[in-house]
Amino acid sequence: MIEYVNVTKKYGENIGVEDVSIKIEKGEFVFLVGPSGSGKSTFVKLLLKLLEADNGHIYFNGYDVTKLSNREIPNHRRSMGIVFQDFSLLPKKTVFENVAFAMEILRKPRRVIRRQVPQMLDLVGISSEAKKYPTEISIGEQQRVAVARAIVNNPSVLIADEPTGNLDPETGWEIMRLLEQINKRGTTVLMVTHSSEIVNAMNKRVIAIRDGRLVRDENEGSYHPEDDGNTKDDKGLFTI
Amino acid sequence: MNTRVITALRQALRQIGRNLTMTMTSLFSITAILLILGFFFIIIVNINFMTQGIRDSFDTVQVNLLETTTQEQAQTMIADLKKQSNVASVVYQTKDDALAHWKEQWGDQADILDRLPSNPLPNSIIVTVKNIEKVDKIVTYAEAMPGVEKITYSKDTVNKLIRITNIIQIVALVLIIFLLFISIIVVSNTIKLTVMARGREIMIMKYVGATNWYIRGPFLFEGIILGLLGALISGVLVLVIYHLIVSKYGVNVVMIMSSGLISESTMLENLTAIFAALGISIGACGSIISMRRFLDT
Ligand SMILES: Nc1ncnc2c1ncn2[C@@H]1O[C@H](COP(=O)(O)OP(=O)(O)OP(=O)(O)O)[C@@H](O)[C@H]1O
Ligand SMILES: [Mg+2]
Repeated sequence: MIEYVNVTKKYGENIGVEDVSIKIEKGEFVFLVGPSGSGKSTFVKLLLKLLEADNGHIYFNGYDVTKLSNREIPNHRRSMGIVFQDFSLLPKKTVFENVAFAMEILRKPRRVIRRQVPQMLDLVGISSEAKKYPTEISIGEQQRVAVARAIVNNPSVLIADEPTGNLDPETGWEIMRLLEQINKRGTTVLMVTHSSEIVNAMNKRVIAIRDGRLVRDENEGSYHPEDDGNTKDDKGLFTI
Repeated sequence: MNTRVITALRQALRQIGRNLTMTMTSLFSITAILLILGFFFIIIVNINFMTQGIRDSFDTVQVNLLETTTQEQAQTMIADLKKQSNVASVVYQTKDDALAHWKEQWGDQADILDRLPSNPLPNSIIVTVKNIEKVDKIVTYAEAMPGVEKITYSKDTVNKLIRITNIIQIVALVLIIFLLFISIIVVSNTIKLTVMARGREIMIMKYVGATNWYIRGPFLFEGIILGLLGALISGVLVLVIYHLIVSKYGVNVVMIMSSGLISESTMLENLTAIFAALGISIGACGSIISMRRFLDT
């Protein structure tokens, strides 16, 4: 359902990703790992068309993402759920409104929104915080709201860029359990992470990139940063 | 109204409520500018009205006849004049009519006229022209007629008046356009601050797949609502002040200009429509301009 064909994206001199080809099937759970600056976020942003590829094609559900017109982009993005570490919640909206807004842009009737949002908040375990603002809840709870928002429209793919990055281990694992649960319902999950501990415990497909190039792709893979040439101490569970 | 419009409107109201400082700043600037515009508007409309009045009172040519000119001769002259183009009407005014007219105009002091030994005024023909700017032809024609003593008309005065009012109008118009321009910039800057403060929010919305119009909608309504509120406040202020001016100085103006100020109800009608339109367009333009940069990716 997702296929990259010889995709290259450079920022001037800097290499984002280079000549990447990969295929991800429906229902998979995939970890995207690699040292800092290796191009993981670039990879993900290309799929969302937050960035334009210089070269190559990205196919998603049968169409070429690189050929989408500006008018088609919103619809394309709506077919995916996203949880980003650095682009989280709308600060001026309550927890409820943050989730509801993802449904509003799909023009769901208010009746449906009022019924479905509490269900989602319940699913991620924060129904009691519905009326609070993001600043009034913990980072872990914020991330759960982000997950609720990402899945409320039942997307076929969930993309998470370091969703556990700022969390303490326990909360991190709770988010992981949530993602696994969502994957079991049939949603494809693509998760970017630095954490070898999480990757090694989950036993999922692992795609490793370095300097923008694909260096490893294993089912039931593991992640040992030093093997992939990471010089930084990235072994720690939740690096900030 | 469809649900999208309602959603955008609801969000606009929420934004206004949750950013009160910003709301007040925008509202204040719109109101201030519309107030200034309102005063220009009052001035320009009244100048127009007065010039019209003055022009109307100056559109006659008085052809004074010699003592020797007989009634029959006068009638032939009138018939001749009536055939000329640019002539609206021709009437004969006897010296007695003229004196009566004077007395009427002088009012209280008219008894001075009663003390005159005899009527000093001549019989005359009053020609009303259609277009005062082309009065010369009629004057030349009338001068050539036998039995004419003197012709009085006020083309120069009228021309001067027209020229001056034209200049005033152009200056006022330029100022109004300039002020409008400034107001759109001020509003767009205030809204831009709001937008910038919410740059991250806008990014998040785009990431999640909101269309540009979805993002723009609430800001657009915010601008329009602020514009209308500003128009309401400044409109009421302008009308109240106009009311004070009319009730205090209206009479003096009538004395000086031989025509009054525009009535308050006419002013109300014109001002309401114009201010509403201005408020909406200033708000809408301001918000669209301020968002442009954030939505082009
Ligand atoms: N907007 C940008 N302009 C210029 N260079 C950029 C930009 N974004 C990323 N880069 C560069 O592209 C390369 C890949 O960046 P990217 O953000 O994809 O890495 P990453 O794997 O997500 O890193 P991290 O783990 O730190 O999030 C880096 O060298 C980075 O400096
Ligand atoms: Mg990154």
